[in-house]
Amino acid sequence: MGRAELPLHAPGTRVDRGYIGESVPRPNAQRLLQGRGAFIDDLRFPRLAHVAYFRSPYAHARIKRLDFAAAQRGPGVIAVLDGRAVAEYCTPWVAVLAHLKGIKSPPQHAIAIERACWQGEACAAVVAESRSQAEDAVALIEAEWEELPVVTDMDAALAGKTVIHPELGDNICFRREHDTGGVDEAFARADVVVEETFHFGRHTGVCLEGRAILADYNAAEHSLTVYHATQAPHMMQDIFSRHLNIPEANVRVITKDVGGSFGIKVHVYPDEMATAAISVMLRRPVKFVADRLESFLSDIHAREHKARVRLACSRDGEMLAFELDDVTAIGPYSVYPRTSGIEGNQVVNLTGGPYRHQKYRAKMHVVFTNKNVTCQYRAVGHPIAVALTEGIVDLAARKLAMDPAELRRRNLIADDAYPYTSPVGLKFERLSHQRALAKLLEVMRYGELRAEQVRLRKQGIHRGIGLAAMIEVTNPSPAFYGVGGARISAQDGATLRLEPSGMVTVLSSVTEQGQGTEAVFAQIAASAVGVTLDKVRVITGDTGVTPYGGGTWASRGAGIGGEAVLQAGRALRTNVLEVAAAILKMDKAELDIVGNAIVNRLTLETKLPLAELGRIAYFRPDTLPLDFQSELTVTRHYTPREYGFTFTNGMQASLVELDPDSGFVKLLRHWCVEDSGTVINPMLADEQLRGGIVQGIGAALYEECLYSPDGQLLNGNLADYLVPMAGEMPDIVCAHLETPTRQSQLGAKGIGEAGTAGAPGAIMNAINDALAPLGARVTQMPFTPERILKALRKV
Amino acid sequence: MEHARETTLTVNGTRVTRRIEARLHLVDFLREELGLTGSHIGCEHGVCGACTVRVNGEIVRGCLMLAVQADGCTVETIEGLSDSKELAPLQRAFHEHNALQCGFCTPGMLLAAQDLVRSGRKATREEIRAHISGNYCRCTGYQAIVDAIAEVINGPR
Repeated sequence: MGRAELPLHAPGTRVDRGYIGESVPRPNAQRLLQGRGAFIDDLRFPRLAHVAYFRSPYAHARIKRLDFAAAQRGPGVIAVLDGRAVAEYCTPWVAVLAHLKGIKSPPQHAIAIERACWQGEACAAVVAESRSQAEDAVALIEAEWEELPVVTDMDAALAGKTVIHPELGDNICFRREHDTGGVDEAFARADVVVEETFHFGRHTGVCLEGRAILADYNAAEHSLTVYHATQAPHMMQDIFSRHLNIPEANVRVITKDVGGSFGIKVHVYPDEMATAAISVMLRRPVKFVADRLESFLSDIHAREHKARVRLACSRDGEMLAFELDDVTAIGPYSVYPRTSGIEGNQVVNLTGGPYRHQKYRAKMHVVFTNKNVTCQYRAVGHPIAVALTEGIVDLAARKLAMDPAELRRRNLIADDAYPYTSPVGLKFERLSHQRALAKLLEVMRYGELRAEQVRLRKQGIHRGIGLAAMIEVTNPSPAFYGVGGARISAQDGATLRLEPSGMVTVLSSVTEQGQGTEAVFAQIAASAVGVTLDKVRVITGDTGVTPYGGGTWASRGAGIGGEAVLQAGRALRTNVLEVAAAILKMDKAELDIVGNAIVNRLTLETKLPLAELGRIAYFRPDTLPLDFQSELTVTRHYTPREYGFTFTNGMQASLVELDPDSGFVKLLRHWCVEDSGTVINPMLADEQLRGGIVQGIGAALYEECLYSPDGQLLNGNLADYLVPMAGEMPDIVCAHLETPTRQSQLGAKGIGEAGTAGAPGAIMNAINDALAPLGARVTQMPFTPERILKALRKV
Repeated sequence: MEHARETTLTVNGTRVTRRIEARLHLVDFLREELGLTGSHIGCEHGVCGACTVRVNGEIVRGCLMLAVQADGCTVETIEGLSDSKELAPLQRAFHEHNALQCGFCTPGMLLAAQDLVRSGRKATREEIRAHISGNYCRCTGYQAIVDAIAEVINGPR
C-alpha cells in the first residue's frame, strides 16, 4: 500500500503516519459481534407507545371517508389519527432547492390529507401499547376511496395528459439542459456515430434494519429527544425543530447503531415525522419501525431512468462529442430536503466524465408519477452515468473494431492534465485515469483473459469481459446543498479531549453506519496525538454532545470528518506539549508525544507518561505556573471549499459467463481499481468497495421494484425482490491508487459509493461482450434471464 | 381473542415459563418478553436470516417459528453463545477480517456459520457461500465473511 506524504510528527522522529494506512480491526465491532449493539428497536422505554400506519391501497385516490370507530375500540389502542390531526403538530414541507432552477413540488404532509398519491402512502396512524395491537387496529380502519387517474409511465407523465398535481400545471418536477455548443458540428464531421437507449429499473436500498425512530417528548421542558436511525442527526434536529415548532436547542437527535443506510436513511420520511409529532401530541415516547413490507412501499426507491445517449468518434477513435437525453421518474413528490432532482442532475454532470471530449449537449427531465418516491440512494446518478457512458463507448469500440481497453486509453483524460475542467464545468483537482486503466489491465491479466475468451468460445462457452471507468463525487462542498438553501451542513467538526487517564476522547459529527467511521477516526486521532489506538474512544451520533456537522452521505465522512479529527488532534498535541513543557520546565520544541508518553524529541527518552500529565493538569494545576492554563479539549472544523467536489476516479472490470439456453449470467470475477486519495484503513476500504460493488451487481442483475400499470408494487417483499446472496457473488479483487487531495492535510477522498457507481456498467458491458457473437445486445437493467433470452429471440 | 398458552423453554441455559400468545413468533418472544435483542428482525417472512437462533441444536428462523412451538425446547441465541464462548473463534475471525459493517445481520450470520463449523468438515469457499446464502448481508460484499468462516473451518490461508 502506498503511503502519502503526511508529516504528522516533526521530521526526525520515528512516527510519521502512525496508524494511517494500517488495516486495524474496528474496535466498535465487538458489541455487534455479540448481539449487544443498540439499534432503535432494541431500546426500552417506560410508557412507550407504538405506532402503525394505515397505508393507501391505491396509487392515486381521494380519501372520501375514514372511519376510526372500530379501530379506536381495539385492545390497547391509545389513539387513531388522520392527516389533519397530525398536521396540527407538524407543518408540511416542499422539497425544492434554489440552485436547481425551476424545480417544483407540492406541499407534502406527514400523513396524507384528502388524497393519496402512491400505494403505501400513510393515510392514518394507530397508536397502541404494542406494535401488534396497533397493526390489529389498522386492519379495523374503514376507508372509502375515490380512485383517481394513475400515471405510472414516465413518457405518459412527460406528455402530461393526466396531471398528478393540477396546481403545478404539468408533471415535470425539474428539467435541465446543457450545451457546450459545437455538438452538431462534431457529429457532422464524425466518422463513427453510435446511439443507444438504455433503461434502468427502479430499485431500493433494502437496509436490513428497517427505518426506525423513537421520539420522546418532554412536555415540562418542551423538549424532544429523538432516537433515530439516520445518517444526518443535525439535519434532522433542524427539521424536527422547524416542522414541530420546538426550539432547535430543545431537540436532541441520538443515533446509536444503524442497520444499514446507503442513502436510504438520510431523507425526511412522512411516517417518521408523524411519529415525532405524535410523541409531542401524546406527551410520551412513541416508536415506529418500518417492517419489510412497508419498507418496500415507503423507503425511497431510486434510479428509473430512460436515457438516449450518442457518441461521435473519429476513425482513429478520438471521442468528439457526447449527447444525452435522460428522463427519470420520481414518484409524486420531490423528497425533502435534498430533493429528487439531484440524481438526474448528476447524470447530466457525470456522463462522459472520464473522457477528454469537450463537446456535450444534455437534456434531462424529472417527472412525477404515482409510484413510491425516489431520491438519493448510494452513488446517486453515478451508476446511470457510468453505464450510459461505458455502454456507448463499448458500442463505439465495436463499430471501430477497436479493443475497448484501447479506445479508453486513447480518450481517458491524461494524468498530467490537471487541474481540468469538464464540458459541464466540473473541476477535477487531480485524477489518475490512465494509471487506473493500466493497473486494472495488469491486475485482471486482461490480455490473457481475452485469449482465454476466444479459446472458450470455440468450445461453446460464452464469456464476456466488461470495463467501466468512473469519476465520483466525494467530499462535497456547500455547493451541493447549502447554496440551494438547504440547511444541510457541508462542514464537520471534531472535539478531542485528553482525559486525566491519558485516554483521548473523540467526538465527531460524522455518524457510524457500520462503514468504520469510528475506527478510522480513532486511527487518525491516535496518529495525530501520538497515542496507541487502544487509548482512543470515539463518540458519534448525538447532537447534544458532538460538534455540529453534516453526517454520513456523499462519500464525505473520512475526507471531511477525518480532516477535522486530524486538525483537532494536531491542536491537542500542541496543547499537551505546552502542558508538558510547563510541568517539565523544558522548551516545547524539545518534546514530542510517542506511545502514550511525552518524550525527548531527539533522544526519544520518556519524560512523562500522558496519564501523569493528565493527573497534574486536571487535579494538581496548582503546581503549574500561575499564568498557565491547560487546554486539553480542542475542537476543529473542516469544510472543503476550493473545489465544489473532490472527485475520485476508478475503473472496474467484470468477467461473466452466459448460458444462452437459460439466459443466466454467472459472475466469475470482478475487479476494482480505485483512487480515493489517502487510504486510512485498506481492509475497511476494500470491504466497503466490495459491498458497494455487490449493490451495483444487484442493480445490474436482480433488483427491480416492479409496478403494475395501475401503480401496484408487485414484488414488495424479500422473497420476490431479489437481492444478491453470498452464493451468487464472485470474489472481488480490489486495488488502490493514492492521489491525495491537496485541499486537506489528510488527503482522503471518499470511497463509499465507488463500488455501486461502476459495477452495473462493467457488468452490462461484460454481458454484451458475451452476447456479441450471438448477435444480441441488452440495454435494460436488471439483466434478467428473461430479458437476455428475449434479446437472443428465444422467448 | 385470548389464545395464550403456558410455555416452558430453556433459553441460554435458563428455564423460563411464560403465558405466550399463540401468534407470537419465537424471535418476538425472545426480544420483547426476554429482552434478548441480539436476534434481529429483518423481514419477518423467513428470507433474510437475521433472526436465526438455535432450537434443540438446529438453526431456525425465529420469525418462522411460533414461541409456543418451543415448549420444552432448548433455545440458544447470540447472547448465550457469546457468553459460553462457543462463537469466540468465529467472532474473532469476523473481527479480524472486518466481516461485518452495520452488524445487523451478524448474529444470524454467526449462528449460520457456526452450524457449518460444528459439522466438523472442511468446506470450500463455494460451499461456505452456499451455506450462508440464507443470510443476507447488505453492507459487505460477503467476501470477508467467507474469508472469516474459511479461516475458522480450514485454518489460515
